[in-house]
Amino acid sequence: MNLTLRIWRQTGPDDPGRMVSYQVPDVSPDMSFLEMLDVLNDRLTLDGEAPVAFDHDCREGICGACGMVINGVAHGPERATTACQLHMRHFRDGQTIDIEPWRAKAFPVIKDLVVDRSAFDRIVAAGGYITAPTGAAPEAHAQLVRKSDADAAFESAACIGCGACVAACPNGSAMLFTAAKVSHLSLLPQGQPERSTRVVGMIDAHDAEGFGGCTNIGECTAVCPKGIPLTSIGRLNRDYLKATRDRDGAPAT
Amino acid sequence: MHWTTNERSPSVWRVTALSTRSPIRSSIGLKIVMAVTGILLVLFLLAHMLGNLKIFVGPASFDHYAHWLRTIGSPVLPDTWYLWIQRAVLGIALVAHIWSATVLARRARAARPVRYAHRPKVQGSYAARTMRWGGVIIALFVVYHLLDLTTGDLNPVGDPRRPYANVAADFAPERWYVTLLYTVAIVTLGFHLRHGLFSAFRSLGQQTPRGEARARALALGFSVALCAGYLLVPFAVIAGLVR
Amino acid sequence: MNSPRPGQRGEFAPTSTSGHHGPQGEVETAPPNSSGGLDLFTLGEPIADTKAPDGPIETRWQRRRFDAKLVNPANRRKLTVIVVGTGLAGGSAAATLGEQGYRVRSYCYQDSPRRAHSIAAQGGINAAKNYRNDGDSIQRLFYDTVKGGDFRSRESNVRRLAEVSVEIIDQAVAQGVPFAREYGGLLDTRSFGGAQVQRTFYARGQTGQQLLLGAYQALERQIGQGRVEMHSRHEMLELIVVDGRARGIVVRDLVTGEIGCDFADAVVLASGGYGNVFYLSTNAKGCNVTATWRAHRKGALFANPCYTQIHPTCIPVSGDHQSKLTLMSESLRNDGRVWVPKAAGDDRPPRQIPEDERDYFLERMYPSFGNLVPRDIASRAAKNVCDSGRGVGQTGLGVYLDFADAIDRLGRSTIADRYGNLFEMYQRITGEDPYEVPMRIYPAVHYTMGGLWVDYDLQATIPGLFVIGEANFSDHGANRLGASALMQGLADGYFVLPSTIADYLAAGPFEALTDEHPEVVAARDDVTDRLSRLLACQGDRTVDSFHRELGQIMWDHCGMERTDAGLRKALAEIRALRDQFWQRVKVPGDGEGLNQALEKAGRVADFFELAELMCVDALHRTESAGGHFRAESQTPEGEAQRDDDHFSYVAAWEFTGADQPPVLHREDLHFEYVHPTQRSYK
Repeated sequence: MNLTLRIWRQTGPDDPGRMVSYQVPDVSPDMSFLEMLDVLNDRLTLDGEAPVAFDHDCREGICGACGMVINGVAHGPERATTACQLHMRHFRDGQTIDIEPWRAKAFPVIKDLVVDRSAFDRIVAAGGYITAPTGAAPEAHAQLVRKSDADAAFESAACIGCGACVAACPNGSAMLFTAAKVSHLSLLPQGQPERSTRVVGMIDAHDAEGFGGCTNIGECTAVCPKGIPLTSIGRLNRDYLKATRDRDGAPAT
Repeated sequence: MHWTTNERSPSVWRVTALSTRSPIRSSIGLKIVMAVTGILLVLFLLAHMLGNLKIFVGPASFDHYAHWLRTIGSPVLPDTWYLWIQRAVLGIALVAHIWSATVLARRARAARPVRYAHRPKVQGSYAARTMRWGGVIIALFVVYHLLDLTTGDLNPVGDPRRPYANVAADFAPERWYVTLLYTVAIVTLGFHLRHGLFSAFRSLGQQTPRGEARARALALGFSVALCAGYLLVPFAVIAGLVR
Repeated sequence: MNSPRPGQRGEFAPTSTSGHHGPQGEVETAPPNSSGGLDLFTLGEPIADTKAPDGPIETRWQRRRFDAKLVNPANRRKLTVIVVGTGLAGGSAAATLGEQGYRVRSYCYQDSPRRAHSIAAQGGINAAKNYRNDGDSIQRLFYDTVKGGDFRSRESNVRRLAEVSVEIIDQAVAQGVPFAREYGGLLDTRSFGGAQVQRTFYARGQTGQQLLLGAYQALERQIGQGRVEMHSRHEMLELIVVDGRARGIVVRDLVTGEIGCDFADAVVLASGGYGNVFYLSTNAKGCNVTATWRAHRKGALFANPCYTQIHPTCIPVSGDHQSKLTLMSESLRNDGRVWVPKAAGDDRPPRQIPEDERDYFLERMYPSFGNLVPRDIASRAAKNVCDSGRGVGQTGLGVYLDFADAIDRLGRSTIADRYGNLFEMYQRITGEDPYEVPMRIYPAVHYTMGGLWVDYDLQATIPGLFVIGEANFSDHGANRLGASALMQGLADGYFVLPSTIADYLAAGPFEALTDEHPEVVAARDDVTDRLSRLLACQGDRTVDSFHRELGQIMWDHCGMERTDAGLRKALAEIRALRDQFWQRVKVPGDGEGLNQALEKAGRVADFFELAELMCVDALHRTESAGGHFRAESQTPEGEAQRDDDHFSYVAAWEFTGADQPPVLHREDLHFEYVHPTQRSYK
């Protein structure tokens, strides 16, 4: 099939950027979206033009590197699918496809479709962990975990940190990402001691990075390739409410 | 080029012990303010609606009810004191609600300085995406509504001792545009509450899928009931059931 | 420090001083026939692992830790360690070294340390916990791993791996890794290829992701506390060796294009495997050999490059546009049955082929392990049935993996619980529903057992250079068992390296370096020259077109089955293609700023050199062993035929210069506890 692509081109952070149209003929329906861009890039390279820069790595939907807004939808039209796992059979011959980078103040564009998502790392560094220095661990079976808790923790832990939630959120909020990590750790018994400091630290970092606030709209969960549920934000809110009360680290009563 | 190790202090310790920022100003704190003030306003709306329905009992009863409102708390409180306390609480709630919404909206705008060329189509609910405009419309309506039926400045009768007559005159058939305006405002309020109520539960920590389904159903049911309750009065006036 | 200086032949410790001799006696010095590629390399001095303690194997690790020097906590702050790569090995090592108090600087080419390719590991992680009471033990995991590696790994290392495996699970659970649990709250385990016990811990089909996030979070904690300095989107392009010690790296900032040098007291490479030399593999697109290959060029020996693992359960190739292959976890073989039609050319839809016209070939050929035979055996069996014309799908390069029986037996919801995400992934890629239609699978390159040669301390032949995880060669021999890669990466990163590196660092800190040091200037100039050369070619072919062609040569001749003639042909073709590459490659843009084509070009250039060495190694090893199958060396039934008399050694290659024949240093393998046998899974 033949496609028209309109792609955001921006040579660097200081370039204002623009949409540029490209024709891509002979696209196979079995190609992935990124393989289709590979074909375009090969042609641009040989024509002496600059290929389109985009992040990608594992191409099996787990590393979270790829991400682009395709026709206004983060990761494109297929639900629960990353751009690398999106196949061209979901598009029509002759279709025009708009491709843009994630748009958020906290995700500045580096080049074309590549954005800087290190803000996510800083949110995790502000508390998204359990302090368990190597060697200090007790025997794995010393603490039992209800299967339902372990399963729910896993569902939140499945977040791949791609940033689609931010890209889709009308508020540019990273609350779903933050909530997924908070949920993962606060559902497990191992995560309890740091439950309060974790959520306060992560929310402070979240706000400091320039993400917007959540207004429970739900666009994030609609585009999330791992289907992280919106309920995790409720858990985050509850943890935060509780945490701000014992913010000074008062002992339990 | 050679990098040096950053000797910053541990981050969590820093944010929890040194942060001087009030948690209320965090994006979750603001949501909680919105939720709590929103619930206060909703409770008022509920009471207001139930009071409105007294109109179907008859002019005397309705006027008496309006008068009674001024005497709540008597004799502990002097006349109309309760009313003013309630007005103050609602006013503060409203200001806090609008203030938080404004701060969050400004942050949201700042969080996306460059817009998408291809506007995303709405995947979540429209009610959720129209909260801010809805809020503005409702705020404007409240101003009009106060001038109309509280102070009476914009009411054809405008007699504070005869609220029944004020209402009946307000929604008279020849003033159809008032009814239309009122209807638009109430429907907008319904949308606002549908998402607002659910959102309030979520902001206050509702966190299970079943609870979410219940919260959404409750928000929808409540909004519909509230709209119906409010719209009953003007349409009853138009239909001649209240005159 | 008694490690030999790099790059100098003849100084390696002679084998005879290593002290332990295996029951089968000395290895003869010459390969059995002249076709072993002796014209392509020269034979150097033998090499030995001088760090592994002798004596009872059960206490070797304990004794090594006791004998190793320590660094007191106050001095650790004065010592800097560079860690390249942030996967399971690199991430866990950087976090642990940070916790211990060293100053750590960590590098990765991805935009975040969480994206290292360990994230894609699906199936699980082995540990000898024996929670199932099914006869597992450290000894059995040790035995299974040595046997699974076709008796080409070191007993000492594997024994240590089995011991440490138990601690890894404890560590991961403490970090909050959400392993699958039973209703009683205990950890669930499942069985995996090459083992008859259920020792594999898992988190649905995303075990690697969950373990990596555990390590990543530990790393981020150290970053937040200022003990680890993270440099993402930075690629190591050269190793800096000063006075015989690894002292730093040259890196390119992939965003600004700036070339910088970073210095440290030790350098740890955790840069993963080199499966992408085949272009199509299950590796991430960015996986590359550059870090280890650059170290090899600086004098680190490269061991067993020809040992590559072909994974049996990948989604078949769909066309020329294919950019990578997707693995379907080996755990699927627990419940899926592998079959092809009995008759060649039978192109009926699978559900219409009656039971008695199906050939469940793995169950037929290997009744005791059935569908759970090790990967190398399953892969070759699949290749053989396809070669005999019984392959399925459009290309004929595929076999069925059928879940109908399991769904009947356990119910659809149980299967969905175990493999739901894998089934969805399959359906997304192929458009077919595996609940209804059997999956089609075909082998694909997955893991590379070879890597930089390291001693028991995980130190390469360049002092101060440590190599961990898939980047080293140490624990898997000629074939890796399923769910052992995660185990090895984390064993190295959490437990082994942080103990052994102190023995080296105790002699530090070493003399401070500046950008003006002649070795530093030379290393940096090498990098800038190379990049300029790549940019200057401005030819008429893209980097990918060369990479694809190189991959095809390797797959055809150095893939699942290798022959003397094929490998010689491959060598000639690789050399010709490499010359073409340096004349005709077109890298658009310049070295300033983000240039993804330039990154790829540098990696492919190194793959060319590695590919040659792989072929030479495959050519010289005229036996078959594990992932290395020489058509000339097979049993009458077509199984891999080892030649212990001549090849019971690690082949460690020394770089002697571009287009110079490499030098082979052999490290004899001795088996005192696991007696080599013909591997049989029948």
